[in-house]
Amino acid sequence: MTDDPLSPKRSFQGLILALQRFWAAEGCVILQPYDMEVGAGTFHPATTLRALGPRPWKAAYVQPSRRPKDGRYGENPNRFQHYYQFQVILKPSPPDLQELYLRSLEAIGIDRKVHDVRFVEDDWESPTLGAWGLGWECWCDGMEVSQFTYFQQVAGVDCAPVSGELTYGLERLAMYVQGVDRGFDLNFNGREGAEKVTYGDVFRQAEEEYSRFNFEHADVEMLKRHFRDAEAECQALLTAGDKDGRHEMAMPAYDQAIKASHAFNLLDARGVISVTERQSYILRVRDLAKACGAAWLKTEAGGAAAA
Amino acid sequence: MPDLLLELLSEEIPARMQARAADDLKRLVTDALVERGLVYEGAKAFATPRRLALVVGGLPARQPDRTEERKGPRVGAPEKAVEGFLKAAGLSSIDEAVVQPDPKGDFYVARMSRPGRPATEVIAEILPDIVRSFPWPKSMRWGSGTLRWVRPLHSIVATFGVPQEDPEIVRFEVDGIVSGDETRGHRVHAPEPFRVRRFEDYEAGLLKAHVVLDPERRRDVIRADARTLAEAQNLELVEDEALIEEVAGLVEWPVVLMGEFDEAFLEVPDEVIRATIRANQKCFVLRRGEELARPTAGGGRVGVGFGSLTKQKPGVAAPAPVPETPGSRSRLASRFVLVANLEAADGGAAIVHGNERVVRARLADARFFWETDKKTRLEDRLEKLRSITFHEKLGTQFERVERIARLAKELALTLWGDEALASNAETAARLAKADLVTEMVGEFPELQGLMGRYYAEAEGQDPEVAAAIEEHYRPQGPSDRVPTAPVSIAVALADKIDTLVGFWAIDEKPTGSKDPFALRRAALGVVRIVLENELRLELEPVLFIASALTRMHAYFTVRTETYEELEDLSSVFGEIGRLAETYAGSTKAVDIENAEEQFGDLSIGLDLLVFLADRLKIQLREQGARHDLVDAVFASGASSPLPGGERSLGDSRAGEGASSSPEMPVPLHPALRADLSPQGRGEGRAASSANDDLVLVVRRVEALGKLLETEDGKNLLAGYRRAANILRAEEKKDGAGAFDGQPDGALLKEAAEIDLSAALDVAEPAAADALAREDFAAATAALGSLRPAVDAFFDLVTVNDPDPALRANRLRLLARLRRATRAVADFDRIAG
Repeated sequence: MTDDPLSPKRSFQGLILALQRFWAAEGCVILQPYDMEVGAGTFHPATTLRALGPRPWKAAYVQPSRRPKDGRYGENPNRFQHYYQFQVILKPSPPDLQELYLRSLEAIGIDRKVHDVRFVEDDWESPTLGAWGLGWECWCDGMEVSQFTYFQQVAGVDCAPVSGELTYGLERLAMYVQGVDRGFDLNFNGREGAEKVTYGDVFRQAEEEYSRFNFEHADVEMLKRHFRDAEAECQALLTAGDKDGRHEMAMPAYDQAIKASHAFNLLDARGVISVTERQSYILRVRDLAKACGAAWLKTEAGGAAAA
Repeated sequence: MPDLLLELLSEEIPARMQARAADDLKRLVTDALVERGLVYEGAKAFATPRRLALVVGGLPARQPDRTEERKGPRVGAPEKAVEGFLKAAGLSSIDEAVVQPDPKGDFYVARMSRPGRPATEVIAEILPDIVRSFPWPKSMRWGSGTLRWVRPLHSIVATFGVPQEDPEIVRFEVDGIVSGDETRGHRVHAPEPFRVRRFEDYEAGLLKAHVVLDPERRRDVIRADARTLAEAQNLELVEDEALIEEVAGLVEWPVVLMGEFDEAFLEVPDEVIRATIRANQKCFVLRRGEELARPTAGGGRVGVGFGSLTKQKPGVAAPAPVPETPGSRSRLASRFVLVANLEAADGGAAIVHGNERVVRARLADARFFWETDKKTRLEDRLEKLRSITFHEKLGTQFERVERIARLAKELALTLWGDEALASNAETAARLAKADLVTEMVGEFPELQGLMGRYYAEAEGQDPEVAAAIEEHYRPQGPSDRVPTAPVSIAVALADKIDTLVGFWAIDEKPTGSKDPFALRRAALGVVRIVLENELRLELEPVLFIASALTRMHAYFTVRTETYEELEDLSSVFGEIGRLAETYAGSTKAVDIENAEEQFGDLSIGLDLLVFLADRLKIQLREQGARHDLVDAVFASGASSPLPGGERSLGDSRAGEGASSSPEMPVPLHPALRADLSPQGRGEGRAASSANDDLVLVVRRVEALGKLLETEDGKNLLAGYRRAANILRAEEKKDGAGAFDGQPDGALLKEAAEIDLSAALDVAEPAAADALAREDFAAATAALGSLRPAVDAFFDLVTVNDPDPALRANRLRLLARLRRATRAVADFDRIAG
């Protein structure tokens, strides 16, 4: 074992830095997290929007992800309403993507000659994004540590070229390489003794507080209003930005779709959405996402010819 | 002779698709070869997680030369037509064509000889199309290409040649992938490409490169190594072929390892541990070597108590229940077997360690569910069932449970007349679905029923009730056993009948191959539970179903009644009971018109009975009963010809019948007709031989089969056929029913006809009497006794006597013979 506090085996942040370094070396732009509440790294426009259209794109970033329903008041050491994903998107998907993935695991200390890494069927679908793809969940010695997906459709649009998406569950992966059983026990900064900061030190209180908010106190009427407002704003921006076959505000419109999606997730956690309503909320977000995707294709980065 | 070797190397193919894909590859390639004249000696296909491979042996090097004929225009046809023909056939002059006569005239025919092409050329043409249009259940694109495959396709090997020589590469290209003769081995152990020639060195080369090509061999390795590992620890592998198959599809180089978990987890039921380890980890569990005499749930108990319920009639005390109790002591060992895809440098220590951690976390979750679930009584979970929709139009699980509970109670009362038992059945039905809202079943849906039983036992429910909660889902398939304990029977029947009636009421009947709600399985379940327990349910289920349907239909579709008004659903049973008594005691049948008034629209219920009867028939056929005998028994007592002519049990299809004949309120199925219509009730036919009593139908089929094995039976059948044929011919002249009256004794002249009449005087009441006693052997024997008289009659008596009175009387005598036999079975339907 190394003494370097930034070794992936020693610290959570070391794991993140190692993955960033690895993918930076593969030519990815290393982005920072999107500054909005999202349920998964896929929602970042650097994935959702950039997966659309013909232009090549390579990016990697950490995305804090919020799943209000998964909160457990900090009582379950492995189930959080806020956690980190490390997201890689490569468009078009390179022929050696599996090999790249295995090398990225080696970069964080998982040696393929000792660990059993398996690709187990797992088809991915995001009903709210109108997106789906085929791929696997990646198992390391029986533990699911990543999702590996070839996007086939995003925002209801067929992906051509196809993007390859890798999503690392950072807490799980860190638990594995650090050899701890409880997420809260992860060493965050790689120091020992008084200087050591654990994942629990950073996030336990947040888990407690947000669980209260998500399940008990989030104002339902306000959230419903936020949903409607975001939906209306999204539609308004989509209309206003559409100029002669080009679109000038696809990204701000998509932000509103993200807002609507998060409001829906909170309402869902509050338990105020019936089965039939649920479906209709999902469809409403999907309609927004689809319209944003269509708008994106009319922008320069979406591949539309320069005006 | 040359062989073809083909390999398609890709990224990981889902385990569940591999076997089918290998079959498809073999079929598509060999069909295409044969279609082009390339017949082969043998072919075998293989799949690993990363490759599909095919070897086709004994192919010719070239296609055989072929002569093709192309038919042209008529001789003397317009010049333009002839020109077109010459062009299409590639002839330079019409003299190259031959003239062939045909009933319509003389035609030009071009005979073109097509020299066979080299096999490699043909194969190179075939393969790209097969790759492009391969029938994967789900396929995808990748990178910038347009090709679809299950996951990205990396390389193709295609070689063709004889053993002694270097084979030729079958050259083709699919979206940039060029065929060649190089493959790769195991991703970690042997990633470098290597050259292959033919199948033999291909398979051997792969083995060297840590790839076991043949899935069967991988399964063997896993099975054998897992057993060996287990035995070394004095443990026994809990065999699981489905899991072996899946795991063999996840590894190219199976390495079997053993892990361990904390003994303390064994307080969780075995099935939970197994489900946890199996579903999440795809690992095997192990049993402790020293055998305890505890049967595992779900197997090994088939046949217990069969027949123990025979002839239980209302009022008779219920038999002692035989609920099977899952033991409280675990037999599982705190070990598990995992299959890795790697011969790890550290001997597998890290792999085992990692898997143990995951298993530990999962079992901790499972134990948490088990402990938490036990804190809430099943009874207190019922409210939550209101939030689970059973079916959009059929309400929630809560409403369903209400119905099943009522139905189970009434069924138990009807079958055994035992209040305590009926009350247990009601309780069991009420709790039967409560485990759907437990954490455990939420996590492992396949444990539904079983967890309900464990939780019921933990809270001290009656063992019969606890057992019924588990067993009410049974039988789950043709090989699953049926419940035999009375409480379980009542709840299992109620559950299935409610399902059937509900889906019939909202017109979601199975059609063709579509049966999304598994209604055929439910119906077969009803049939098997009734038959294998020899339950004597007569008319009740039919009419019950019909009546309940009407009410439920109104509720579910029109919502004219509130749910509370359905309360009287259970009182329907009382009505039916009374009606059945009157029915059994009188000669007057319930006729359709009146039935409709009494019970509402019966057509759906009767349609459902036809469906049940179809399941019975299929079941009997599968057990080896002659289906013609089954038909004959179903049609017995019905007047002939049957309404709807050739319509028989076999061609009745659920979903068509009910609405197809608007002039008739019901599609008159022979079985139903026999029961419910006045004309269906042959003279001397006892009420108890109604054909909706499935147990009796089976006994009659058996008795009929035995009769037909005897000489008397065979000759009687021949005599019957002669009588029926004559009658059919004469009824055409005189009209149907012309000879239905009783023969006039005074007009019997010949000794043989007097004898036949006398024999009928004896046999007819004897058969009727035997039928009433449900003694089918005696009934068929009574018919058998007619044989000498029938033989003598046909030998000595001329039916079509010149004297019209004598002729009519003799025909009436034959009609009487026909009636007598049909009371037992419709001999017209007996084949051979």
